[in-house]
Amino acid sequence: MALSLVAPEFLIERDDEKCIACQVCVRQCANDAHIYDAEDDTICTDSSKCVGCHRCSSLCPTGALNIKKNPLHFKENANWTSQVQTNIYKQAEAGGVLLTGMGNDRPYPIYWDHILLNASQVTNPSIDPLREPMELRTYLGRKPDSLKFKVKSLKGKRQNKNSSASSVQLLTKLAPQLQIETPILFSAMSYGSISYNACLSLARAAAEAGTFYNTGEGGLHRDFYKYGPNTIVQVASGRFGVHSEYLNAGAAVEIKVGQGAKPGIGGHLPGEKVSEGISATRMIPVGTDALSPAPHHDIYSIEDLRQLIYALKEATRYQKPISVKISAVHNVAPIASGMVRAGADIIAIDGFRGGTGAAPTVIRDNVGIPIELAIAAVDTRLREEGIRHQASVIAGGGFRSSADIIKAIALGADAVYIGTSALVAMGCHVCQKCYTGKCNWGIATQDPYLTKRLNPDIGARRLVNLLRAWSLEIKEILGGMGVNAIESLRGNREHLRGVGLSDTDLKILGIKPAGEAW
Amino acid sequence: MKSVGCCTWGMKMPAKKTKSAKIDARGLHYKELNDRIHEVIASGKRKIVLENVSGHRYIGCGVKGEMDIFVHGVPGNDLAAFMDGPRIMVEGNGEDAIGNTMNAGKIIVCGNAGDVVGYAMRGGKIYIRGDVGYRVGIHMKSYENQFPVVIVGGSAGDFLGEYMAGGLLVVLGLNGEEGVGGKKRQGTRKKVRDDRQIAGNYVGTGMHGGIIYLRGKVAEYQLGKEVSVKRLDKQDEATLRSYLEEYCQDVGFDLKEVLKKKFIKLIPTSSRPYGNIYTY
Repeated sequence: MALSLVAPEFLIERDDEKCIACQVCVRQCANDAHIYDAEDDTICTDSSKCVGCHRCSSLCPTGALNIKKNPLHFKENANWTSQVQTNIYKQAEAGGVLLTGMGNDRPYPIYWDHILLNASQVTNPSIDPLREPMELRTYLGRKPDSLKFKVKSLKGKRQNKNSSASSVQLLTKLAPQLQIETPILFSAMSYGSISYNACLSLARAAAEAGTFYNTGEGGLHRDFYKYGPNTIVQVASGRFGVHSEYLNAGAAVEIKVGQGAKPGIGGHLPGEKVSEGISATRMIPVGTDALSPAPHHDIYSIEDLRQLIYALKEATRYQKPISVKISAVHNVAPIASGMVRAGADIIAIDGFRGGTGAAPTVIRDNVGIPIELAIAAVDTRLREEGIRHQASVIAGGGFRSSADIIKAIALGADAVYIGTSALVAMGCHVCQKCYTGKCNWGIATQDPYLTKRLNPDIGARRLVNLLRAWSLEIKEILGGMGVNAIESLRGNREHLRGVGLSDTDLKILGIKPAGEAW
Repeated sequence: MKSVGCCTWGMKMPAKKTKSAKIDARGLHYKELNDRIHEVIASGKRKIVLENVSGHRYIGCGVKGEMDIFVHGVPGNDLAAFMDGPRIMVEGNGEDAIGNTMNAGKIIVCGNAGDVVGYAMRGGKIYIRGDVGYRVGIHMKSYENQFPVVIVGGSAGDFLGEYMAGGLLVVLGLNGEEGVGGKKRQGTRKKVRDDRQIAGNYVGTGMHGGIIYLRGKVAEYQLGKEVSVKRLDKQDEATLRSYLEEYCQDVGFDLKEVLKKKFIKLIPTSSRPYGNIYTY
């Protein structure tokens, strides 16, 4: 084999005094970074194979392992960084498109960290969420332009002492809605990009927490049909596993046009990952590549999008909201307007930090715009056009905490999609090697030896815990603001202030600088 | 070419005792028409005749089960999208996206059809008597005993069978009433529409499964990089013949005439055309 110039990213340190050669690390590492030498009864390490996922060090019974950033130092250079050089070495050796997993890891500004929340002091009392009810329930879907009621007088009729003298009947027919108990949904991750157990964990957690998970573009495994009331089924360009029964199995249907990590490009699930289970779910033969074309070839315009939205409404007999998911790109606001006018009941916007199972690094790191700006731009545009109520907005793309979520809602989102943080809750260490199929945490892999490492009972519990924890925090923050319902916060940008932002940033975000009063 | 002018069910007609229903689509919005179709299906009728159809979209969309739907007129876009089982006969032209992501069933169109026929289709048959537009058979795929078949009597536009992953796509190039691939019409010196190509450009781009049979030739430049032209072997001929027998019966072409001209076969050069473009 030719000499590789790619330096190891990590350095595995083994404390020989602590190591008992039990080989746990050897068994745990799917990348073969630990090798047992039977002749010498010792364990050797190959740091070049290490991806920094911490599986071995987490499971080492004697704490003999430590993973360090490789101290091998490249000549200091702000332009030709070690990563830039390493990428060139890799491409010079293999001649292909660099792949990566998870979301954009480049140091672009994170606007969440430049936005601060308000709280009540003196002039308006804060609310104690431990004492007062706090409403996080949200309904996603098209809201009517107006409501019509019929008021029936009950005079002369026998009535309960406490009832009013009339009854009110809603005449307006409401469009189908998704009811969520907390404004957090699990974003689309297909069975194929993640394991059966990871999907099962998400489905169970969604059911328990009163929210939704999303099938992604991979069809719906027969075992998961029972979680239908908490499932959003996705329709993407490859239409894998999409049929009438599938469309009707979920509570809503989502047309995936784009995803934040790879706007504008298709997806290639390599044949190695198409196991029996995935074959049956995607409805393609075992071992064949699942190629998703870059566009939907039946959507070349907003009019075509409308055609597909209504095809899905027809196929589900107008019983389910139809969502359309796009990546946040430069024209996100006018596109969102078109989506709403095309009949989307929910529009999902995925920011450029959104994750992926596999994407070309150059696309992930350079295409799209931050979700913070996209939410503000879309909300503003839809309000200006008087159509904001016609669709709910779900924002996605790198939500790390309840603070990010509450800021997103104050900027104008109805709810958020979380993907990466859900995976982290299940044990992911964001090593960004999802595309290799060798996830040592049993999440982004189809290898039965690895997938059994994720116990769906534990996975679901950890996800439910995360949702509970974030919901409690959101209630605390809301209470501090003197707001008792998440709905009252939506698009209420007076609750936000910017620090360290330019006038242009503030203008697009539609928020005042910190220090400026109402 | 002998032509009977209109199509017949090559398949067995539903028994007379099958409960049938007739719906006049005149003046109805597509939603009203489709609501009525669903009501009729729910009432147990298995033969539905639609009269005066004029651009009504989504007929048969998402419909599951065995039944026959006769469409008199021109159905609108997304005819039989996500359809799973029914047979639809269109006595007229069709529009765009016929059989979009169809899972099972059969569609016969006696006239021409528009763009995006059989997109991402997984099972069933679509038989078009006339021409089709662009992007036909994109991403057709087969799975286990589901095997999608699209047969086009006339010619096809660009991007035929792009990204095709499975199934069978046949284009016959029978353009015009009597002309068959440029045969001289009797009594005249004029060739009949032999200048028309059987398919447009980018045939089979990104194709990684399935088979395309073309009755006639295409130039090298018309083909995607991922396909190669082969001769039909015995197995191919038998397969093609069995489908064409049914097709000719359905749309009223003479099988012998159709088989007189030589077919070519297009198959993907690799099942993994994009397997080696990445660095890990």
